[in-house]
Amino acid sequence: MQTKKANKLTVSELFGKLLSQQIFIPIAALLLLAIFNLIADPSFYKITYGINSAGAPVLSGYLMTILDYGSELAILAVGMTLVTAASGGQDISVGATIAIAGSVILRVLCGTNSRPDTLQAPIIVAFLVACVVAMIFGAFNGVLVAYFKIQPMVATLILFTAGRSIAAWINNNELPIISDPVFSYFGGFIPGIPIPTPFFIAAAVVAVAALALKFTNLGLYTQAVGINESSSRLNGLNPAFIKFLSFVILGLCVAVAALIKVSRLSSINYSVIAKDIEMDAILAVALGGNALSGGKFNLTASIMGAYVIQFLTTTLYKFNVQSDALPAYKAVVVIFLVVISSSVVRDYLRNIGSKISKKGVA
Amino acid sequence: MKDKAVLEMKNIHKNFPGVRALQGVDFTLCEGEIHALMGENGAGKSTLIKVLTGVYGKDEGQIFIKGREDEILIKSPEEAQKAGISTVYQEITLCLNLTVAENMFIGRENNVYQNWEKMNTDTTKILKSLDIQAEATQELGSCSIAVQQMVAIARAVDMECKVLILDEPTSSLDEQEVEKLFKLMRDLRAKGVGIIFVTHFLDQVYEVCDKITVLRDGKLVGEYEINDLPRVKLVSKMLGKDLDEKTEESKKYRIYEKKSGAVPVIETEGLYSNGGIKPFDFNIYKGEVNGFTGLLGSGRSECVRAIFGADGILGGTMKKNGKTVKITKPIDAMKNGIGYLPEDRKVDGIIGDLSVRDNIIFALQVLRGFFKPFTKAEANKFADEYIKLLGIKTASANTPIKSLSGGNQQKCILARWLLTNPEYLILDEPTRGIDIGTKTEIQKLVLKLAGEGMSITFISSEIDEMLGTCSRLVVMRDRKVVGELSGEELSQSMIMSTIAGGEK
Repeated sequence: MQTKKANKLTVSELFGKLLSQQIFIPIAALLLLAIFNLIADPSFYKITYGINSAGAPVLSGYLMTILDYGSELAILAVGMTLVTAASGGQDISVGATIAIAGSVILRVLCGTNSRPDTLQAPIIVAFLVACVVAMIFGAFNGVLVAYFKIQPMVATLILFTAGRSIAAWINNNELPIISDPVFSYFGGFIPGIPIPTPFFIAAAVVAVAALALKFTNLGLYTQAVGINESSSRLNGLNPAFIKFLSFVILGLCVAVAALIKVSRLSSINYSVIAKDIEMDAILAVALGGNALSGGKFNLTASIMGAYVIQFLTTTLYKFNVQSDALPAYKAVVVIFLVVISSSVVRDYLRNIGSKISKKGVA
Repeated sequence: MKDKAVLEMKNIHKNFPGVRALQGVDFTLCEGEIHALMGENGAGKSTLIKVLTGVYGKDEGQIFIKGREDEILIKSPEEAQKAGISTVYQEITLCLNLTVAENMFIGRENNVYQNWEKMNTDTTKILKSLDIQAEATQELGSCSIAVQQMVAIARAVDMECKVLILDEPTSSLDEQEVEKLFKLMRDLRAKGVGIIFVTHFLDQVYEVCDKITVLRDGKLVGEYEINDLPRVKLVSKMLGKDLDEKTEESKKYRIYEKKSGAVPVIETEGLYSNGGIKPFDFNIYKGEVNGFTGLLGSGRSECVRAIFGADGILGGTMKKNGKTVKITKPIDAMKNGIGYLPEDRKVDGIIGDLSVRDNIIFALQVLRGFFKPFTKAEANKFADEYIKLLGIKTASANTPIKSLSGGNQQKCILARWLLTNPEYLILDEPTRGIDIGTKTEIQKLVLKLAGEGMSITFISSEIDEMLGTCSRLVVMRDRKVVGELSGEELSQSMIMSTIAGGEK
């Protein structure tokens, strides 16, 4: 009898513990979406092996779409999480800076000719230049926020407004097209590998972030500054620099996301590329259960949040929701997800859980 | 109710969980009187004012206001204003981007229609009558802080207040501005307004006030006419050490014997910062425990903050072991082997959401550098060692520090600095708001560490604690160092008379 009772208690404890874990939120959201798709149409999970238009073997299916198109968002979620944690605010200029970084990549690759037959510079050089440029723009935001103490959303509004014009100006408002097939690998498939390249790039970014968190004090310092700036300073940190650094790191993430974005098209559309992606990136952080007011963060949860958003988008596309109407549907689902994952509802669930287990004992 | 009284508070009680903030306090304010409300930290001054202004409800007691027979119930600041009680806080609570006139009238009438012209002329009249140097149409933010303060007062006065509460109005004003404010206060007194004046500056109390009410530990000590209460007596009442009890005073004091030819571990000369202290000289030798004493707001904390580089240094030099060092920010001080436990544990000490472990290793980790994080095992070892050493009561090293009790939080911060093994440790009010057991533990620890050769500066509001640990005391008054006591001078009466300054 006694062992049984003990078991029951541990079950309810486990339930409570699970509910109080931050990562519970994106996992629950993911499960809900997965179950919905399973009931509505199990063919959602079908993955087929075929040959794409370029003659390379590829895996395709909705799950592959999620892994593929969720990549940029996952990469941005890494940087956005750090910015949120350190500054207690968000960067709304990432979409616009992706346009800038993408434009820089094309400019370096094309040189003065917008339709070059051969690349004017190695892709790696173009990418590195874009990294530097994006980090400089990140630094610009960082200086405004950290040293001039402007609210992050207001500070980044500047580039949000001006970024796409700057991007167009970099290429004299022309639309360069890259014909070199190698360039399309980054946003597509590497011949012989049936899994989309963006997934590998996102995995690499996540791995680098994980290593940085393990082998430096980035995580500790960022959280400390976000939780208590005054105390951090009195313990020898330079809170302004930590905030600044988080914006520069986000800049780097932006450059990587830009490479994938321009590679997908082998070109750029200044006004459309990565449109509204900043909102999805912020949403990813929020869905990950991270406080948007800064402080403690969980990177894994944010990255899962990013894939939850892509899962949702893909699900909606599958049910033939018009792309114009997509944001409205998305909003409804997001409201639902955010409400069920709120602490109010979680506490309520936990109470019910403990009541049920008590009844069981009785 | 007495004849001239405008406000009478009787037998006010207020309890917070675990704290009896006010226990049967009486307070009477008369017409045309400036009444100082004095007391050290936790005496109950702000609680009393918050009860009066409706921020807190009272648990027991009655409040009477002139012109009303029955006791009045004040449930919100708005009701307090309607009853004629206005408060002007230390921080300006007006809108800096509105004009003076708009600030005077905002939130007073609920009319949709606003007669701007009348508002401006009315304001001009009020400003003139109170002799405030400002234009009605001027943006408030463009006025000096003193004028802003006075506009806030004018607003309160114009709302026909009978009771005006000034909560530390002078702390951000310079001397001339204070003079202007006092003139305004005297004018209002002549008009019959009763003013409650809360301040830390003794000089100011003796300059403008008529009466003094002293609170200590949530209880009323007494109400005095200003002429009946010399400074030393006031200080002793605030600190709760009656000078008449001299016989009970122990003759024990601590002595530090410095070796001949010893060089101070830390020595400052004319150091001052933007924290608002006058340049001060200070030194401490190896294994010595000394302290800064003075009333709240006298500049004790600002001195040690200057040494640690926590405030912006404006001038002066600092030597460590005889060599000049440049300390402009906390990390410089830490690299020079200085540790600093700040006065306000919540704001400057703990990093609330982080675990006990991360809080303990934090300073050492920062010293070690960005690219050298401790492994989890190392961090746990340090945390467990100090949890055991200081007897920190926590469920585990993983518990967020904010869920610990005040005393245990303080021990964690102490552990944080002990872990860095400093040569010189500054403890600013380490015993504030923690239980008696922990207080004694901390004092014992201080003496033990000093015995092992650490130099420690210990600051406490409680003179007993200072006498029990320090062998030398630097006395501060109104942000200046006014004396240094050691040896036989270390007695309560001597300390209090030095704090109070010359008899006036």
